[in-house]
Amino acid sequence: MLNIDTIASQAKDIAGKLNISKYDVSGSSIDSTSAQVDQGEPKQVKASQRSSVTVRVWNADGTVGITSTSDTDEAGLELALKTAHEASAFGAKDNIPDFSPEATAALADAKHERHDPAPVSTLLEKLVAAEKELLDAHEAIESVPYNGLSQTDTQRFYFNSNGAVRSEGGTYISTYLYTKTAQEGRRPRSAGAYRVAYGLEQLDIDGCIKETAEKTISHLDYEKIESGKYTVVFSPEAFLSLVGAFSNMFNAQSILDNRSLSTAESLGTEVAKSTLSIYDDALHSANVGATTFDGEGTPTRRVPLIEKGVLSGFLHSSGTAKRMGAEPTGHANMGAKITVSPHFYHITGNGEGDQSLSLETADNVVYIDELSALHAGVQALQGSFSLPFDGWLIKNGKKVSVESATVAGDFREVLKAIVQVDKEEKLSPSGVAPHVWVEGLSVTGE
Amino acid sequence: MVVAAPVFKNAGNRADKAKTAPTKTRLDGSWEDTLSTLLGLGRSAGADFIEFFLERVNYISCLAEDDAITSISPSISTGAGVRVFLGKADCYVSTNDLTFNGLKLALEKALSIMGLQLPGPNAFVPEVYLEPLRDYAVLRGKEDWLENCSSMKEMGDVLLGANDAINKKATHVQSRRASYFRDWQEVLVAASDGVFARDIRLTQSVGYSLLCADGDNRSSINKRVGSTGEPGFLRDWKYDGDAEEVAESAGKMLYADFVESGTYPVIMANEFGGVIFHEACGHLLETTQIERKTTPFMDKKGEKIAHESLTAWDEGVSPNAFGTIDMDDEGMPAQRTLLIENGILKNFISDRAGSVRTGHPRTGSGRRQGYTFGAASRMRNTYIAPGEYKLQELFDSVEKGIYCKKMGGGSVGPTGEFNFAVDEAYLIENGKVTKPLKGATLIGEATEIMQKISMCSEDLGLAAGFCGSISGSVYVTVGQPHLKVDSITVGGR
Repeated sequence: MLNIDTIASQAKDIAGKLNISKYDVSGSSIDSTSAQVDQGEPKQVKASQRSSVTVRVWNADGTVGITSTSDTDEAGLELALKTAHEASAFGAKDNIPDFSPEATAALADAKHERHDPAPVSTLLEKLVAAEKELLDAHEAIESVPYNGLSQTDTQRFYFNSNGAVRSEGGTYISTYLYTKTAQEGRRPRSAGAYRVAYGLEQLDIDGCIKETAEKTISHLDYEKIESGKYTVVFSPEAFLSLVGAFSNMFNAQSILDNRSLSTAESLGTEVAKSTLSIYDDALHSANVGATTFDGEGTPTRRVPLIEKGVLSGFLHSSGTAKRMGAEPTGHANMGAKITVSPHFYHITGNGEGDQSLSLETADNVVYIDELSALHAGVQALQGSFSLPFDGWLIKNGKKVSVESATVAGDFREVLKAIVQVDKEEKLSPSGVAPHVWVEGLSVTGE
Repeated sequence: MVVAAPVFKNAGNRADKAKTAPTKTRLDGSWEDTLSTLLGLGRSAGADFIEFFLERVNYISCLAEDDAITSISPSISTGAGVRVFLGKADCYVSTNDLTFNGLKLALEKALSIMGLQLPGPNAFVPEVYLEPLRDYAVLRGKEDWLENCSSMKEMGDVLLGANDAINKKATHVQSRRASYFRDWQEVLVAASDGVFARDIRLTQSVGYSLLCADGDNRSSINKRVGSTGEPGFLRDWKYDGDAEEVAESAGKMLYADFVESGTYPVIMANEFGGVIFHEACGHLLETTQIERKTTPFMDKKGEKIAHESLTAWDEGVSPNAFGTIDMDDEGMPAQRTLLIENGILKNFISDRAGSVRTGHPRTGSGRRQGYTFGAASRMRNTYIAPGEYKLQELFDSVEKGIYCKKMGGGSVGPTGEFNFAVDEAYLIENGKVTKPLKGATLIGEATEIMQKISMCSEDLGLAAGFCGSISGSVYVTVGQPHLKVDSITVGGR
């Protein structure tokens, strides 16, 4: 792991030597190990130890240059500062970024845990056992072609020439299991699940096995679905995927770039049914990867994006906040052009609204468990999507797996076509959300 | 080649020399002592095979938005990875630390993961003799490539000129971007079978991203072109033609109707249309898929897997193509690999691990994004060979169908099901291209679609792309002539 005091001291000395009076540095150090198995045997183990820093330099004219490097010794740092200084001559002349006004503000307390790494042999044993349990769960399960157990120890930091210094770190461990089936005369089917925790002893591997097995078995008997308009129930994970794909709607930088579904004037308008609220909350207690500051050193916080259907806030860097007359929200990523991105969504119905719809009694309703190919099937700047999904058609409360189908629509219309936001919320890797029911979506099957 | 004798004790003078780390600012023959000593240590610990991959990268990207340069972002990195095989199992450890001790620590970690230990101080260490350095950077005159690329100032000037050009050609412009990146990479590979090879790669790309809006109507069109091994690529970019093409497409798609979902005959354009073969078939011919048993073609070598009109290649040798490499990331020279000939499966795409685990011969296809990834079997320039039909004959054969002129991205799942977004589509009526359509997704299953590619025209075209998979993102070429798929499910509204 990098020693932040050493790097800060080296940066100060080098900057002085190069006559650089204003700079900041953001960086991270990651130590990770991952394992995969195949038919009871170790297949591949990977380990990596890597560090990187990004330096920003303001020149005498006030323009900014930037350079990233994985070479974090003194010579590497000097080269990065020199290159950033050279690049600053070509930096943007308008809307020049500055230090965050909150780079020295107090940080929130967030749950960070650091666990000792488990021996690789333990990772492999756990994974071999998980694979065996899945293969034993049903005779149709032929293999678990995608599997992994990985543990990571991270440290990230930020400091600047005005004396701001931030650092935090912790460990997390995750596993994924993805099956493939083989049955005579039937198409191969697959399903998977994922779990994450701070340490191995907390990781719910049994839950991951159980979910993977149940999903796989539920997809063995499948039917084609007739193309048409359906009421669709998005699983928490699927709805979070959709919100994430259209996050430009909440992104202040995208709005300033004219590359968003929103404009500055959209704030305060009704964009969804009143039963829906969306927050971005890096500090959520369920967020294993909680961060207390962003790439500019600004403290993170809970930000309302949609409250009871009304667009209530945007995600900001210090620069976008200044331009739009708002407060920074702690969502900046350092770069030659500062970008903005969400941390961890919390989607909720606040326990309000009609709760009469139920999966137990639903009829002719499509349940979307997982959306695929979001990189290809989303037109984020147009608002439209056409995406393959894994899921079931629910007939009189009974689930029948859908063979192969896509769902298509417009994200803004989806938000307004919500008919129910369930009370129960579930944790997934990108956030916490309930099931969300949407009417009138196009599903293409046969 | 691994040589068991002669051996030397305590690593001798050579090992002492090796501990004085060569410069990390140049990866060349000066690394021989260091790497052969480390490989010998690995062999003496009991590993069957050890490979070191060293990398230096000098990367820069530049972005013009409307009439301003908003980002110039250089990035410099160095690192190394060591891969250790014991039988068919392997592990991979990467590090930023290129000192002798740093590399030795990485090796020690890899060995310990495999249940092996470095030999003690008095143990015999078998020396590994490396071949004379195969230096493609010197052999092919690449040493001055980096210094001959565009300066930061030139990057800005060209991109602003390009953005001005598209502004003059497009209407209802909401946002226009021109972007460029240059990726200079120096690699050195040394392995316990004696492989010792160096290369320099230079990959550059420029692209447009245009967003047009008129009321509620929106269209967004992207285009990217790329090259390897041409330092003057950016300054030679003739952007007027690309600007015109992007502006025209955005204008047509601005008022397009949504496609009606259903099953249609489809004509797919050449160039980036080849992404369908890349995703639906190419990935399934990689030995990593055979290892996982996630390809329906795993036991079909020599059998008919596609329509007899289809022949396909994967190669790393086309001059300046985006997926061209002189050697792969395991030090093997690139080659031209026939995948499918007249519908018959001829070869798989294989790296070292794939060859060890599946028995299919290596094809110079061991590729990786960088030192943090172990190499895996990956495509290079992959395309369907031209056929015998005139383009109009394809259209004439369609009464009602879809012309997919510009494909978006796509993916293929572990069961062979694939999907592709279509960025620019048109209705075909009685052999004629009529109204523009948006929101189309092509859905199918690899084994079925390959049998339905019934007509290939003569106009093979290639396009630059990025392929993300097990060993990270690598530069590839996709390609095909215009081709006809007899029927495919089209997702829409």
